[in-house]
Amino acid sequence: MATLEQATQLTKGKKRSDSRVSMFTMLLRDRFATVAAIFLTLVVLTAIFGPALMGDRATAQDLMFMNKAPFDPANGWLYFLGSDSLGRSVLARMVVATQTTLLVAVPAVLVALIIGSLWGVWAGYHRGRREAVSMRIADIIMSFPSLLLAVVVLFVFNPSAANIVLILAITRIPIYLRTARAESAELQSRTFVDAARTFGTKSNSIILRHVIPVVTPTLLTLATLEFCFVMLAESSLSFLGIGIQPPDVSWGLMVAQGRQYLQTAWWLSILPGLAIVLTAVAANVLAAWMRIATDPAQRWRLELDRKSTKAFEKATRQAAKMQVKKGND
Amino acid sequence: MMTEMLDPVAKEQAMDEAVLQVQGLDVDIRTPKGTVRVVSSVGFSARRGKTLALLGESGCGKSMTAKAIAGLLDPVASVAGGKAYLDAQDLFSMNGKRRRAVAGEGLGIVFQDALAALNPVYTIGTQLGEAFRIHRGASRKQAKAEAIELMRRVGIPEPETRVNSYPHQFSGGMRQRILIAMAVALSPKLLIADEPTTALDVTVQAQIMQLLRKLRSEEQMAVVLITHDLAVVAEEADDVCVMYAGNVVEQGSVQRVFAQPTHPYTKGLLSSVPTDAHRGQGLTSIPGSPPELSKIPAGCVYQDRCPLAAAICREQRPELHETGPGQRSACHFSQQVAEMKPIDDSATGEDAH
Amino acid sequence: MSIQTQAVPERTVLEVQDLAKTFHVASGASGTRELKALDGINLSVKRGETLGLVGESGCGKSTLARTLMMLEQPDGGTVRFDGQDPFALRGKSLRDWRRRVQMVFQDPFASLNARMTAGQIITEPFATHKDLYPTKAARKQRLNELLELVGLRVTDADKSPQEFSGGQRQRIGIARALALGPDLIILDEPVSALDLSVQAQVLNLLNDLQQQLGVSYIFISHDLSVVRHVTDRVAVMYLGRIIETGTTQQVFDSPLHPYTASLMSASPKLDPALRPAKRIVLQGELPSPLDPPSGCRFRTRCWKAEPICSVERPQSRVREADGKISLGMPAMGVSEEQQIAECHFPVESAAEAGLAVSA
Repeated sequence: MATLEQATQLTKGKKRSDSRVSMFTMLLRDRFATVAAIFLTLVVLTAIFGPALMGDRATAQDLMFMNKAPFDPANGWLYFLGSDSLGRSVLARMVVATQTTLLVAVPAVLVALIIGSLWGVWAGYHRGRREAVSMRIADIIMSFPSLLLAVVVLFVFNPSAANIVLILAITRIPIYLRTARAESAELQSRTFVDAARTFGTKSNSIILRHVIPVVTPTLLTLATLEFCFVMLAESSLSFLGIGIQPPDVSWGLMVAQGRQYLQTAWWLSILPGLAIVLTAVAANVLAAWMRIATDPAQRWRLELDRKSTKAFEKATRQAAKMQVKKGND
Repeated sequence: MMTEMLDPVAKEQAMDEAVLQVQGLDVDIRTPKGTVRVVSSVGFSARRGKTLALLGESGCGKSMTAKAIAGLLDPVASVAGGKAYLDAQDLFSMNGKRRRAVAGEGLGIVFQDALAALNPVYTIGTQLGEAFRIHRGASRKQAKAEAIELMRRVGIPEPETRVNSYPHQFSGGMRQRILIAMAVALSPKLLIADEPTTALDVTVQAQIMQLLRKLRSEEQMAVVLITHDLAVVAEEADDVCVMYAGNVVEQGSVQRVFAQPTHPYTKGLLSSVPTDAHRGQGLTSIPGSPPELSKIPAGCVYQDRCPLAAAICREQRPELHETGPGQRSACHFSQQVAEMKPIDDSATGEDAH
Repeated sequence: MSIQTQAVPERTVLEVQDLAKTFHVASGASGTRELKALDGINLSVKRGETLGLVGESGCGKSTLARTLMMLEQPDGGTVRFDGQDPFALRGKSLRDWRRRVQMVFQDPFASLNARMTAGQIITEPFATHKDLYPTKAARKQRLNELLELVGLRVTDADKSPQEFSGGQRQRIGIARALALGPDLIILDEPVSALDLSVQAQVLNLLNDLQQQLGVSYIFISHDLSVVRHVTDRVAVMYLGRIIETGTTQQVFDSPLHPYTASLMSASPKLDPALRPAKRIVLQGELPSPLDPPSGCRFRTRCWKAEPICSVERPQSRVREADGKISLGMPAMGVSEEQQIAECHFPVESAAEAGLAVSA
């Protein structure tokens, strides 16, 4: 039942007459999105300034502080997140790894996102042979296990960060390609696109003006999920020894290296693993928020202040319960 | 002038005939911005063997009224007051089980969108027979036989073979027939038809209306026809209830109301219909558009668009009052409206808030 | 000299001959079937005139509109717009042609991009036709002009479509169609999604615009009372063919084709005085266009059908000035006032057409 939708139709005009709520206010009104945004800002700041602040602490070995458990104030702030078997600070290593991780994951996701989306939108808009050929190419790439492909390529070429980025990007392009194609194929049959065609607008202009703004939020959401996948893929490659090469360190590599100590020193892999998960979740929450905030048909959800939304939801739940109860009498 | 057409005895009989009586029905919808009244003290009665039309534009509350009577309101909407008697039993005071028993047999409903109202994964026979299995305890075989009989009654060719078909295998007109068959399966006393022909073409619409007329006279059902089409009301209905912004603004026999409307909205609607009379000229239109239900003004609901609006209209909401035999209007100036020539053209255009 | 003075007001804007469009519909495991959406369409529209296009859903009227707008490529026949074939145009001349033919769509919600403001929507055509209003100020001025023309406020330009009612949205759609100053606008069910009281406002607007700007309309609708009110001439479509054309009055008051007669007879009338004594209610529904009947396409639902109707496709018949009906030439433009129908046994009287009112 599209009841909330219907109900809000009725109050729409009222709210519209208010001045439009800014994006920032809308962000503040969604508590989860606010937390996610703050967390991501911290991660990015860490990636930019962290390594400089930490200096050589990430590589400094101190055999006095081997395998220290985390959260023990007695060891001082540097070892607050514990230390590994060589007595290196997990905190310092994670801070430094943030930069490496983002430097691999962000470009890999962005390259795949941009190429895959544009290609998919183009294929879906034009349909016909262009679409068919594009989809077969996507199928071919998809039919190789992407990790296997990465292993082969990185064995042949040198496992540099740039190569990792490239191979991860190429293998993930079909994901965006398929989604973008499906949405674009649906959009190109919409009436407002037909209207644009009747002015003689060129295909590329229509794609730019009418298709891309609509598919972008979906693709961004997809990209945040992919962000998680790419970080984990990089960790798998690192585990196999063809990813990030020590003494460089990434979250994935830390998870991989810590795996053998899982029973004795759990923090070595759990903590960087947690960092991966939290970053991915935060990005996802923010993308979900952005999707709603940029959709004119959905935006009202965020323009309401929190109190009235809650009261409304409560009343609706109660009414639904009452109905069920009445029905069971 | 016609006065007092109904003597007390005839009036008594008319009351007896009422299958459905709705009194002071209020329906509220809860929204994040507060509660909105979408139907406000609506009252009417539907008589045996007659058709009552609920006439109004989209959002006037006509469908919401029907849903409230049928017990099909969405969870955000609820009946906030009033009574609805189906054969002298108050539907709103019953519990769910009892209501299903009473309404299931006594009330049939036909929706606009026949494809959405039918389940795509069951055969027509199964869906038509369901009512007999639930309410009459019929066996599978009996139910199927009843389904075939029903299909024959609503004019579906080759019912014996078509009974095993699925909804998508029927055309739009045939699906509407199936929906009507489902609604009349248990010989209800009341049939609610919510825009039954809006999605259909003219030639098919005529067929469906013919079928509804036939069933009505066979079963002596009361029919509540919900529509926005004045011509359909003029041809099919006996009584009409004109709704605007959740309120009944005028009611009475179709003949009277259409020949001599006593509410400016009814009058405005009637003169908005393109007819031969004003071919080539501008149409008379009602300025503006209906108010949002969340900000219906105090006083008369129609004041913003009314050419007669005066100070009293802003302060006091007019009550429905007798304006002719069996005709009632909620307008302070119903007398003037009745005497007025068609509303003049000066108020044309401007589709403002 | 007299020839010239006659020719100017009679100028034909659009002329369509034998237009055909076939879709290939996938069916079953092997191959496709042909769906003849348009099967030899002939029509013409004069300057400042409104041509009504009537028919049931699935009769091909939307395909015809889309083909005329070059959203579909026809398989056969010719389209002449002021003597030019738009399908032969390329580049700049094609863009110039686009300016002259525009369209208003049925659904005022789906046809406006919800992510743009009203002003952006209306001025969207200028992004392609940059030379028309080269400066920002000129575009702004034109926008205000258009808003005023369709009865919207200048301040409405910054609102998004969701903030408007259905009628106002359709005004935005009309303003967009007018932006390039077209000679012909195809109106595809422009008021069928609107409420009655708002419908009248939009019809009045369209009428005013036609008188002010001299634009021609092709008005597609299934609502016969609206068509009767706004059109000068009417073409009735059935399964991809125009089966009857004539002036609005001819077609509505004395239809020649049994199908037209049944449409007119079956449509509900508000005025009891106009209600036919005996109504024609057709049996069955539109046959599948994938498998149209042989001979006359209407024969499966026609009460006048004879064996010849299933064998031979009927030729055009013309009603002469004296009321006699004769086999006519299908050639277009003989006289625009003629009523032509494709039927072996045309309807001869109002009583037969189910339009006679009981005395």
